[in-house]
Amino acid sequence: MSDAETPPETDFDPVAPNTGEEFEPVDVFPDSDDFDLRPGADSCFKCSTCDTNCPVAEVDDDFPGPKFQGPEQWRLKQSDDDHEIDDSVMDCSNCMRCDNACPSGVPLSQMHNTARGEYVSEQMDKLSVEYIRNRILANYRTSAFLASKVPRLANFAMNFGPARWVMEKTLGVTSERDFPAFAKQTFRDWWADRGGQVQSRENARAARKRRGLPEDADKKVAYFHGCYSNYNTPEVGKAMVRVYEEFGYEVVAPEQKCSGTPMFANGMLDDARRHAETNVSSMSELVDEGYRAIASCTSCSMALRQEYPELFDIDGVDKVAENTFEAVEYLRIHEDLKGEVQAADVDGDLAEEFAYHAPCHSRNQGLDRQAVELFRDLDGAEVEDVGDSCSGISGTYGWKEEKYEKSMEIGEEMFEHMEHAEGETGMTECPTCAMQMEHGSGYEIRHPLELLEAALVE
Amino acid sequence: MAIESEVLVIGGGLGGLTSALAAAREGADVRLVSYKQSTLRQASGLVDILGYTPDGDGPLTDPYEAIPSLPEAHPYRKVGVQTVRDALSLFDDAVPTYEGEHTDTNALLPTHGGSIKPTARYPAGASAGLASDTRDTLLVGIEEMVDFDAPHVAAHLDATGVPFDVRGETIRFPGDLRADAKVTRYAKLLDTNSEVAVRGRMVPAREALAQRVNPLLEDEERVGFPAILGDDNPGAIRDALGDHLGVDVFEVPMGPPSLPGLRLEDALFSALDEAGASIETGNPVVDFEGEDRIEKVFIEKNGAKIPNSADQYVLATGGFVGKGVESDRDGVYEPVFDCHVPHAADRYDWFEGELFGDHEFARYGVATDDDLRPLDASEHSEFENLRAAGSVLGGYDFAAEKSGSGVSIATGYAAGQRAAQEAR
Repeated sequence: MSDAETPPETDFDPVAPNTGEEFEPVDVFPDSDDFDLRPGADSCFKCSTCDTNCPVAEVDDDFPGPKFQGPEQWRLKQSDDDHEIDDSVMDCSNCMRCDNACPSGVPLSQMHNTARGEYVSEQMDKLSVEYIRNRILANYRTSAFLASKVPRLANFAMNFGPARWVMEKTLGVTSERDFPAFAKQTFRDWWADRGGQVQSRENARAARKRRGLPEDADKKVAYFHGCYSNYNTPEVGKAMVRVYEEFGYEVVAPEQKCSGTPMFANGMLDDARRHAETNVSSMSELVDEGYRAIASCTSCSMALRQEYPELFDIDGVDKVAENTFEAVEYLRIHEDLKGEVQAADVDGDLAEEFAYHAPCHSRNQGLDRQAVELFRDLDGAEVEDVGDSCSGISGTYGWKEEKYEKSMEIGEEMFEHMEHAEGETGMTECPTCAMQMEHGSGYEIRHPLELLEAALVE
Repeated sequence: MAIESEVLVIGGGLGGLTSALAAAREGADVRLVSYKQSTLRQASGLVDILGYTPDGDGPLTDPYEAIPSLPEAHPYRKVGVQTVRDALSLFDDAVPTYEGEHTDTNALLPTHGGSIKPTARYPAGASAGLASDTRDTLLVGIEEMVDFDAPHVAAHLDATGVPFDVRGETIRFPGDLRADAKVTRYAKLLDTNSEVAVRGRMVPAREALAQRVNPLLEDEERVGFPAILGDDNPGAIRDALGDHLGVDVFEVPMGPPSLPGLRLEDALFSALDEAGASIETGNPVVDFEGEDRIEKVFIEKNGAKIPNSADQYVLATGGFVGKGVESDRDGVYEPVFDCHVPHAADRYDWFEGELFGDHEFARYGVATDDDLRPLDASEHSEFENLRAAGSVLGGYDFAAEKSGSGVSIATGYAAGQRAAQEAR
């Protein structure tokens, strides 16, 4: 273009997105079936740094890597109207590490999610075993909901050898792994028995009084506990509640469904959208009332913060994204958490040396160092980072029979580091990383909130 | 409340990492925040101080000797020769796998394009490849890696008049990796020394690679590969290959994504971790509060603005490439604090007609006083507690001078150390 010509007025900026500017949400469902792979594609200058971050490409020679799945698929579609999404996109585990790598801010994971959505919606046989298997895995919440009604039976049945053999042969769910145990009492049942929001308000008031804060101080959070801490590890949810109440926060546990993480990873965007609508609607109302959404699972906070606004145009989605925090992160910002931890000590069964693994989805929120740095000066416990490799399980990825070996190969580096670490108890924020850590090392795995509870709550 | 520290360093490249390390070793409570992963992943991993003068004279033998004659606006003139030396000592201590500290003289290293580059520090893996070494050399390219065409590189090196015979051969990498395999795929295979199929027999990857090269080796005494020889255990891989081949093995630094850059990034982040600093990557600093002093800055995370406060701040966000300096049709600016960036009012004066001409934009960046505080248009310091380091600084052309990493390390060191002293 010559300098004399004024460029036409348009919203399209070839160098956007750049420093944290918002991406235009792509309206994928339900009005239109057009999957738009474009956003940010033109900012890719093919430095390939994303490829050096991809844990799948590192071990799987058939996987072409994030640069191909995102910007290159878009380019191929431009030159060939009949171009179909390459089926390798189903091998992406949605760890989202590529996002953090790109020096020009290409929204790679958004492109992968969109490409996967298009592949599943338009190319995948809905009667295939793979589709059915993926759908069951992605809708973990449904299985967990049913299982939690009969936890003892479910715990037995899900790990009953012959049944697992059949599951592997017919559905392709690996029989190598142990299904996570279902809690005898879910978090929500515990929460209701305990007196719900009313009790929490009382506890928070008492704590504020103890701390010399005004009793009517406006400190309140809405807990997005996610499926796992509800059905499998309610101790994490309880720790979250007790720690927040200790700082004088009133906690509510609003209506919620799955965050959608396993659905994004399997291209089930219809399912994910349904769940997201419920979550956004209940969280956005609370945000208007002054609550902040707090998650203890880093994949849940990642979904609310990043994947929802990137993929869905739902009323209030940006507002919820802006007001969602990871549980420890929020306290670091608003309380003198460092000071309190430094002044505290732990004894009992959490006075341990921990082998800590930062989940990919905490890494992508800039939280990978949080636990290690926070507990540095805590008397009685040690937290040692076991390195920056991916654990390899990536939610449903490591549960698929054909991916199991690769999942363990990716995790190998973490297992080795865990073995060399001083501690023999693991620590992580992510439920499926915890599964993988336990599976590969035999260690018991705790959540940082549990250590925080032991240190700060009477 | 905010996330607090004594010194907050913004930027995770060489300048930011050195600042944070210098400040932490000075005893300050340091936090480093970086928008994306370190740009070191895109860097060759070589540490140049000064290869050519701004007039294009060189390659220089002694970079330190040339510093006092640089233009007054040059960052090296702000910090002085002794600081450059001290900063390099800090680097040598933090990254013990590098060589070159035994002399003030620039080393001459072959590049993957077949040119010779004057550099001050280089990874141990590159040391057997020095161009001043007279041993005959075989360069081995990998068929699928088009960035390194060994016969072509050899011919170029030969044309520069290197004091040895050099030959290039191309092989298929054992293990049948895909045609566009990632550099990390090669590295991982060699790191783990996994077995690969060679004519129906399973052989460990390192041995298999050596077997491919062995018949091609004539009487050369050293063999150079593109820099793909491992991420975690490069030394062990070179030794193993060397044993199998009976010669010295070296790596030629490559373009992005660069394993030597990745390894350097790892080494510096570990040093920073050991020094007790806090580190956060993945989100940009987008805004700040304060008038004469910066009170706090805001990190943006998907729309949320997370406050971070400190006593002293270091701006090490990079130049045009790292987006620490940006431009649009109206002008050139520094996006975080809106520090003044001196530049010609008419855009047509920013550049020259010739591609490799003396472009003014190459020297654009913030101007500082001798204490590295950015200056506004009337030459007053912008903020009393802000210093700048690395390629966000103006007054030098790192590409032409081959001075990028040296300036980042020297100014990073000076800014970090002074920030820490002031904060304590």
